Amino acid sequence: MTEVKVRKQAFFQAMVEGIQQEMERDSRVICMGEDVGKMGGVFQSTAGLHKRFPDRVIDTPISETGIMGAALGAATAGLRPVAELMFVDFMGVCFGQIMNEIGKATYMSGGAVKLPLVITASTGGGFSDAGQHSQTLHGLFAHVPGLKVVVPSNPHDAKGLMITAIRDDNPVVYLFHKAILGLPVMGYIDATIDDEVPAEPYAIPFGQARVVREGSDVTIVGLSQTVQKAAVAAQRLAEKGISAEVIDPRTLVPLDVEAIVGSVARTGRLLVVDEDYLNFGMTGEIAALVAERLDRIRLKAPIRRLGIPGVSIPYSPALEKVVIPQVDHIVAAVESLVSARLA
Amino acid sequence: MGTEHTMQPSAEQRLWMYETMWVIRNFEDTLALAYFEGKLPPKIQPKLAFDLGAGPIPGEMHLAAGQEAAAVGACAHLKREDSVWGTHRAHHFAIAKGVDLDRMAAEIFGKVTGLGRGKGGHMHLFDPDAHFACTGIVGAGIPQAVGAALAYKKLGNGAVALSEFGEGASNQGSFHEALNMAGLWKLPCVFVCQDNNYGISVNKAASTSVESIATRAAGYGMPGVRVAENDADQVFAAVGEAVARARAGLGPTLVEVKVDRLYGHFQGDPETYRPKGEVESLKKKDALKAYEARLKAEGVLDDARIKELRDRAKARVDAAIAFARQSDYPAADEAFRHVFVETTSA
Repeated sequence: MTEVKVRKQAFFQAMVEGIQQEMERDSRVICMGEDVGKMGGVFQSTAGLHKRFPDRVIDTPISETGIMGAALGAATAGLRPVAELMFVDFMGVCFGQIMNEIGKATYMSGGAVKLPLVITASTGGGFSDAGQHSQTLHGLFAHVPGLKVVVPSNPHDAKGLMITAIRDDNPVVYLFHKAILGLPVMGYIDATIDDEVPAEPYAIPFGQARVVREGSDVTIVGLSQTVQKAAVAAQRLAEKGISAEVIDPRTLVPLDVEAIVGSVARTGRLLVVDEDYLNFGMTGEIAALVAERLDRIRLKAPIRRLGIPGVSIPYSPALEKVVIPQVDHIVAAVESLVSARLA
Repeated sequence: MGTEHTMQPSAEQRLWMYETMWVIRNFEDTLALAYFEGKLPPKIQPKLAFDLGAGPIPGEMHLAAGQEAAAVGACAHLKREDSVWGTHRAHHFAIAKGVDLDRMAAEIFGKVTGLGRGKGGHMHLFDPDAHFACTGIVGAGIPQAVGAALAYKKLGNGAVALSEFGEGASNQGSFHEALNMAGLWKLPCVFVCQDNNYGISVNKAASTSVESIATRAAGYGMPGVRVAENDADQVFAAVGEAVARARAGLGPTLVEVKVDRLYGHFQGDPETYRPKGEVESLKKKDALKAYEARLKAEGVLDDARIKELRDRAKARVDAAIAFARQSDYPAADEAFRHVFVETTSA
């Protein structure tokens, strides 16, 4: 039996390794997008790939609609594109191609058209990049049908979910939070994360949540960086005698509903923490999925949600940290949940 | 001829174009009538003048009668593995590209035997076997064709992608982005812009900064060619050179073709924006009738052959419409299928 080689890697290294190994395995896989070539992506999301595959890693013009439309066309014609949007905020420029074209072709063709493509984009705030470069927006992708939505929280998942995304014959939106990439130019949260990454290729199935930390008093559901924040909060809560379970859905589409519902059924309390907008988004969806199952779940307290509260993300550090959920917000919300009662 | 072209269709190619134009015209004229079944009083709810969603052909209907020459002149050069990317008004290109007519008609009637099992409808026809797709969003198909052409170039398979759209779509940002990429990368792509003078109700002079769309090609490092007459032979010559350039690795071409829109933007369109008598005068110089007369004058066709080809075209359409009418509607559970495909490449 061969021993599995495992190294510690940063998120971006693990993500790139996933792409690289798929490009080695399958000559149909290409990368395209703004600055993905010689620069290796402004967030190093394609670092080193152009050197290995100069003909298959394509710098495009700054033309988001063109990139997304071309990814669709190329996917129908025998390639498997990984098309990068750089900042997820730029989906506003090209959402027509994503929502009306990429998300609908398989359905409207009765399954005759398959689109093996991955849309990648960076997400998240915390760096005073203000309203147009700090959003997460995973809820928008998950809201419209026809897109699988993958949002890893750690290097191990980053690689395994990327490999699954590239092998999938459907459109997959793969989002990486800038603050968990492990880049040397951005501050990070010192969370205990899963940064042990096997050197061999491995695929993590979609729709399987991960229990990051087991607990009995409250369930905290996070996504991407809020998983790390929840893990730090859970440690602090443990020191105060509160046992928090942290669940990372890892993929919003498909969503592992049973993992969330099962945890809430055990703990009786639910806090959903999201860096996306609070209104009509992931937090409300998960709260509703639990509320619809109250015939088999006995809650001990009302469901609580944390997210961006209906405002654009402000520039000043003094304001940004107010609207983006922080570890302190999570600790306070859980403490209020533990003391709250149902009417 | 308005432009100098050397490529001439053979007699066999002209007969194919002529007959295919009749298939398209018959199909559109048949739909134009069938569309109103069940949509008008007294069969609809009181207080309605027209019921868009009623009858055997529900929803909006955009017909391409008068634009046949562009489709046949272009598709005459395409092989099965070449792709066509169309618009909301794409029946003519679908038929000329060889999309299964029975399944196309069934899709338009919302039947389970349709190309999309009744989930796409007439603006969203997908036939991977014929390498054809169209979309209901103006200009959205143009970058998709560019992506297909990018794949053909990377794969080195010699195929060509053809994007067909209207003059109105050339005012979309997607047109600019797509043509820039195609010109930049010298992709095997042909852009066929059909100028029917109307973007829904607004005419070209009121919406478009240039008189000739072909002049826009200069901004993208590709040739721009204008076919000033609605004529299959002239389209054949212009697109033939464009396809040859694409196959030779010389890059894309923008071909502008003058066409006529004989019906409204959609069926039921009151067309109050059109000058009085415009449609009648367009019908007097109908490109299909003119082509028929020319082929007869040049001895390619005689009356007996005309009747034979017109009858055969009509029979094909009649059979497709009958297939559509006789097919079943999808069962309710069909609504929940095919959001995703179930396969993986692993």
